[in-house]
Amino acid sequence: MRVRVLVRLKSGILDVQGAAVKRALAGLGFDELADLRVGKVIEVELPAASPAEACRRVGEMCRQLLANPILEDYTIEMTDDLAPGGAVR
Amino acid sequence: MPRAEPFGKMLVMRFGVVVFPGTWSDCDFHYVISEVLHQPVKYVWHRDRDLHDLDCVILPGGFSYGDYLRAGAIAGRSPVVDALRDFVAQGGSVLGSCNGFQILCEAGLLPGALTRNECLQYRCQSTHLVVDNADTPFTRGLRPGTVLTMPISHGEGKYYADPETLRELKARSGIVFRYAAADGRVTKAANPNGSLENIAGIVNPEGNVLGLMPHPERAAESAMGGTDGLLLFQSLLGSLVEDGSFLKR
Repeated sequence: MRVRVLVRLKSGILDVQGAAVKRALAGLGFDELADLRVGKVIEVELPAASPAEACRRVGEMCRQLLANPILEDYTIEMTDDLAPGGAVR
Repeated sequence: MPRAEPFGKMLVMRFGVVVFPGTWSDCDFHYVISEVLHQPVKYVWHRDRDLHDLDCVILPGGFSYGDYLRAGAIAGRSPVVDALRDFVAQGGSVLGSCNGFQILCEAGLLPGALTRNECLQYRCQSTHLVVDNADTPFTRGLRPGTVLTMPISHGEGKYYADPETLRELKARSGIVFRYAAADGRVTKAANPNGSLENIAGIVNPEGNVLGLMPHPERAAESAMGGTDGLLLFQSLLGSLVEDGSFLKR
């Protein structure tokens, strides 16, 4: 089963990386940006009896290692139901 | 836990310097402990769990496991850091510098977290540190308000804690060092990385785990431009008492 974890800095935490990317985009003429934040995508493939079971295991991984609860929030989504190659390019 | 034992009339403290793949300050710490302080010291590999013959464990700077995921995240879950929890519970001393501080926070042995410098630059420079708490085994030879000079070398040294954690930290005098001007004033200009309240180093409630971003081992000989880093080790050694146990706070 494939699970995707999105790890983001909490809203109250200053995202200096995002601010630098936003400035660079403004330099390219994208100066209409109100905000830009950079996060991480972690894709996990694991055997599990059900999607709920997979999410529970991955949630435990997030709590123990994948995210730092002091700085980061995370969301977990199943990716099996997404069409292969369905990403927009 | 066996304690440091008097060696002849000289008290010795047994140090262990932890080496992770990617650690870079291990040799510097080993050198300072053995050649400058003349104390027994050995390297401890990241997979080792046996710390029974040590009195003080050093977590040096570097990029443990490449700092993948987050600085110190993977090292914070390594076998040696797992063993460190018992070591700390039994009163052993731990000093984490730079990446070592990041590892201690990631492991939950110290509160808060270290994140990317606000200036976005990797900062490698000399800093002044004002001593906030001189009532720890690492600072008992100093006075509150003493200004030390030590280098920093990091890209992710901005200390962050939520307001409640910060309140608790301040209430128990957990802040040990703050970045300051040469005269000891804590100013925004003296803050190299945007750390909350200019925090450069903190200690756990029991006082036996110190984490700091600066490098005491790089300020341990006059030939290196200063010896203020030695004061931390000398304070620690000064905490040894005749029966080989440590003075508590």
